[in-house]
Amino acid sequence: MSETAYDKVKLARKNDRPTGLDYIRGIFKGFIELHGDRRFGDDPAVVGGLACISGIPVTVIAIEKGHTARERAMRNFGAPNPEGYRKALRLMKQAEKFGRPVVCLIDTSGAFCGIGAEERGQGQAIAENLTEMSALRVPILSILVGEGGSGGALALAAADRVFMLENAVYSVISPEGCASILWKDATKAEEASEHLRLTAQDALSLGIIERIIPEADIGTKVFYDRLRTLIGEEIKALIKTPGLVSQRYARFRGIGSDEAAKLTANEG
Amino acid sequence: MPLFNFLKPKNQLEEGGRSAAPVQQDEGEPVRTCPNCRKEIPISRLQNNRLVCSCGHHFRMRARQRILMITDKNTFSELFAEVQSRDSIGFPGYPEKLETVRAASGEEEAVICGTAMIGKQKCCLFVMEPTFMMGSMGSAVGERITRLFEYALENRLPVIGFTVSGGARMQEGLVSLMQMAKTSAAVRRHSDAGLLYIAVLTDPTTGGVTASFAMEGDITLAEPGATVGFAGARVIEQTTRKQLPKGFQTAEFLLEHGFVDAIADRKEQKKLLTELLKLHNGGVGNE
Repeated sequence: MSETAYDKVKLARKNDRPTGLDYIRGIFKGFIELHGDRRFGDDPAVVGGLACISGIPVTVIAIEKGHTARERAMRNFGAPNPEGYRKALRLMKQAEKFGRPVVCLIDTSGAFCGIGAEERGQGQAIAENLTEMSALRVPILSILVGEGGSGGALALAAADRVFMLENAVYSVISPEGCASILWKDATKAEEASEHLRLTAQDALSLGIIERIIPEADIGTKVFYDRLRTLIGEEIKALIKTPGLVSQRYARFRGIGSDEAAKLTANEG
Repeated sequence: MPLFNFLKPKNQLEEGGRSAAPVQQDEGEPVRTCPNCRKEIPISRLQNNRLVCSCGHHFRMRARQRILMITDKNTFSELFAEVQSRDSIGFPGYPEKLETVRAASGEEEAVICGTAMIGKQKCCLFVMEPTFMMGSMGSAVGERITRLFEYALENRLPVIGFTVSGGARMQEGLVSLMQMAKTSAAVRRHSDAGLLYIAVLTDPTTGGVTASFAMEGDITLAEPGATVGFAGARVIEQTTRKQLPKGFQTAEFLLEHGFVDAIADRKEQKKLLTELLKLHNGGVGNE
């Protein structure tokens, strides 16, 4: 690996990377977008709806950053507000009702830090996704395709399987944020990136994700075809998996714990 | 356990808190300055008033003092104290930081869990510790809280939790982040069994703790004036370049916006919790 962790951070943030909608169009068939959280509004930073993959109807939810300056502003640079997380949850509960698997595509620097976001309960929205996803009775597959910014990314990644693109990053805090807390100097982000263990390789070795997706051919037809096959096969395997909810519990239960994971996996 | 560490001059508490350093008065009794009314209050008087100023300002309280305040005498029995943080990602300086914080706080971790009686009713209790890396959640905090909810589920007990936290502990990287999902799943299992969880939010409750178990209670109480939010106020100011509204991210702000059930003054907390436990304990006549 020649790239440093910070190189990966920069790659993951690059404007010319495919965004959520590119993945939806490239991978899935017949996407029908569904809007709104039925509580407050419709968050353009989160796109969701129905589509087919390998002949299976699924609910697909993606964080969308946009490409052009105008799109990026409209999408709030992929930083969801609470209504984005609540829209995602509404669509997941709908998926549960109709027995559809859920696929989430994640690319965000984090949940939006704004006045309105706090007024409308950003923390509560993320927390509710975490409790609800832990008990959702249909398979959830989450793929980090760019930035995986802290709780704002986790709110769509409390899943049965979590994959990462080779150059995606996943972190508890941005390298800049970490550097400014540790050394009161945000310019030391490069150093912080090394320590945070935020690359896909790190996440795999820490047992946070199941798979790294190579991306040398990112954005090409071959790339999307490969992802379609991969997602389709994983979904089919998950559909057949008995005790999905308890296995999902055990998946997270084991992180940062020595022996408890095995105990829990054996229960119901 | 040094319960009254905050009495030490030039306190060893985490920096940046609202806990003003004690100042020596002529009479010789140490005082603290209330950040709200600016009055100097003798520490003995603060102690006798549950660390609440006569103006109503609630000073931060250490976990063990809170446990004494809230539980019936000699009923608290600690659980999972053996669960310790590990330097799981090899973060520079973290083992040393843990050692320093352990020595200064007299605690092993940022949360204390156990069982206790509150108003003669048995419950599980977790109380977070502000002087331990500002209550940040690493693997040990996540594991202790998860085990507590699992224990409560197994023994069919309610859980009462006092939160105070700066959020996920960055020194444990993704392992910390995952504790949000882990604790949330445990809360959900406990909840699905029809069991009660009351969260009491104290100053400050932010970040990954707000975005997980702090906001997952059946009933959510908050101490007056407590800062509760997801993002830090400074970050929001920098991101939006807007002036924050008055009282932004206080307990009262959350009440107004529908995210807490009630503001609970410290002197009324035990009575309120007792009543709430009773109402969920067949005490209303379903037996």
